[in-house]
Amino acid sequence: MLGTPERALASPETMARQRTLFGLDRPLPEQFLRYARNLARGELGESFVLHRPVAAVLAEAVPNTLLLGGTALVASLLLGLAIGVVQAARHHSRTDTLLSAATLVLYSVPVFWLGLVLLLVFGERLHWLPVSGMTSAGLEDRLSSLGRAVDVARHLVLPAASLALVQAAAFARFQRSALVESLDAEYIRAARAKGLTERAVLLKHALRGALAPTLTLAGLSVPYFLAGSVLVESIFGWPGLGRVAYDAIFARDYNVITATALVSGVLVAAGNLLADVAVAIADPRVRLDQ
Amino acid sequence: MSPWRLAARRFARNRPALTGAVLVAALVLAALLGPLLTADPLAQPNPVRLQNQPPSAAHLLGTDPYSRDILSRTLHGARVSLVVGIGAALLAVTLGAGVGLTAGLAGRRTDQLLMRGVDVALSLPRIVLLLAVFAVWEEAPAAAVVLLIAVTGWFQTSRIVRASVLSLREADFVAAARALGTTGAGIVRRHLLPHVAAPVIVSASLDVGNIILLEAGLSYLGLGVRPPTPTWGNMIMDGKDVLFSAPWVALAPGLALVLTVVAFNLAGDGLRDALDPRAAA
Repeated sequence: MLGTPERALASPETMARQRTLFGLDRPLPEQFLRYARNLARGELGESFVLHRPVAAVLAEAVPNTLLLGGTALVASLLLGLAIGVVQAARHHSRTDTLLSAATLVLYSVPVFWLGLVLLLVFGERLHWLPVSGMTSAGLEDRLSSLGRAVDVARHLVLPAASLALVQAAAFARFQRSALVESLDAEYIRAARAKGLTERAVLLKHALRGALAPTLTLAGLSVPYFLAGSVLVESIFGWPGLGRVAYDAIFARDYNVITATALVSGVLVAAGNLLADVAVAIADPRVRLDQ
Repeated sequence: MSPWRLAARRFARNRPALTGAVLVAALVLAALLGPLLTADPLAQPNPVRLQNQPPSAAHLLGTDPYSRDILSRTLHGARVSLVVGIGAALLAVTLGAGVGLTAGLAGRRTDQLLMRGVDVALSLPRIVLLLAVFAVWEEAPAAAVVLLIAVTGWFQTSRIVRASVLSLREADFVAAARALGTTGAGIVRRHLLPHVAAPVIVSASLDVGNIILLEAGLSYLGLGVRPPTPTWGNMIMDGKDVLFSAPWVALAPGLALVLTVVAFNLAGDGLRDALDPRAAA
């Protein structure tokens, strides 16, 4: 049985009226053409359920998801890089083996389950951090702007950590093998031959060489953060794009579903583009005009 | 000794890889036999009194909000995860190898068409696509989940296969085979496939874990294989509402997921190191 958006709205007359109103009684190709025509004019239509323009719903949600996803991306890159460097500096040591095992396990954890575990331990058992939402209800007016920023940051920690820890493991795994492999390269042997310490070789030369693929990987990780936001935002009540997509899917709110897919596609493409530009800046061998 | 025998020997000497392979075998056995030995995963022997019971001798992993036995549901849930994970990875790799071979062997125009299509497909957010399809298709059977995950997951493999076909096509031993009069199909079967097989096997084995996590994410959202059929994802969803009062409901299926994905990733890493010794670090 196929789901339909007007099913949630009860009586047959209401359903018929709604179908005509939203143009759902028209043939599918016609509906698609109309959607494409409206899209070309920048019109995303209206939400069937929220009775608000989709553009307004997204305008509220997208910045929140960029805050959550951006924080998680930066945190996972820094953490992944640090773990990878430590492992490569002493590869095949005991520390390396332990960290490899840790990143393998973390890389294999479902992000929504990690979110629930963090929520249970740090939110409910230890009471260190708030468990839901983006701000503390009722506190907004009584806080200074700095106080409000701290409040949002405290709410950000658990959802961002859920997303970041799993991805940091992926970055660390990649970083380690890229660095270890590059330690055999000719330019590294040259750096060693001119008498640099092993530390300088690793941090100045090997890391620089491994930077470009890491940036590309970061750009390619945007879909992961979007998918993760659908799962994690609903756990922590974070009012972002993932939550909007999640709610829209269950309400069969088509205009919102298509718009979130559209925005996700744009964000994925933007991530790849940004990564390409960053690689061109970081790696002198790559030039954009070629 | 043949390269395959050498690879098998390298794999057997790799402790983590072997551990992964043994764990995978144990999980498959548990999924096959476990449900025969435990209670009916749908049984609700005493809906009121047995709700959210902590682990005990009668229910080793406790009971869920519907008073069902969690151990039995976890073992049954393994079936969906393993079938979807292994099935979709195999299907995706077959599709990817097919398209990659075609693109690498056919003319420039077909190649360009296929590879630009792959570029576009790679830019689509897979999860949003799957969410939208399964939200509309409410009674999707496990086979549909396998099919859709595979259809949205072969793009990377096709690139790998195409790249290695393009470089092999000009190799001396292929030119020699051609000069000896081997037909096109013979060259593909005897000379290209064996070389393409290694990266394809590696990519499939490393994909299983990711697919299992993807399926768990979908069923955690209540999509794909639906309740009351137990999946690890929908068991965690059941546990979410009683997370603070009965954490064991969400704990068992989550740990089962981590263990399974770790097992496949260990085996996959081992296969990569065994089949592609240059990549081993």
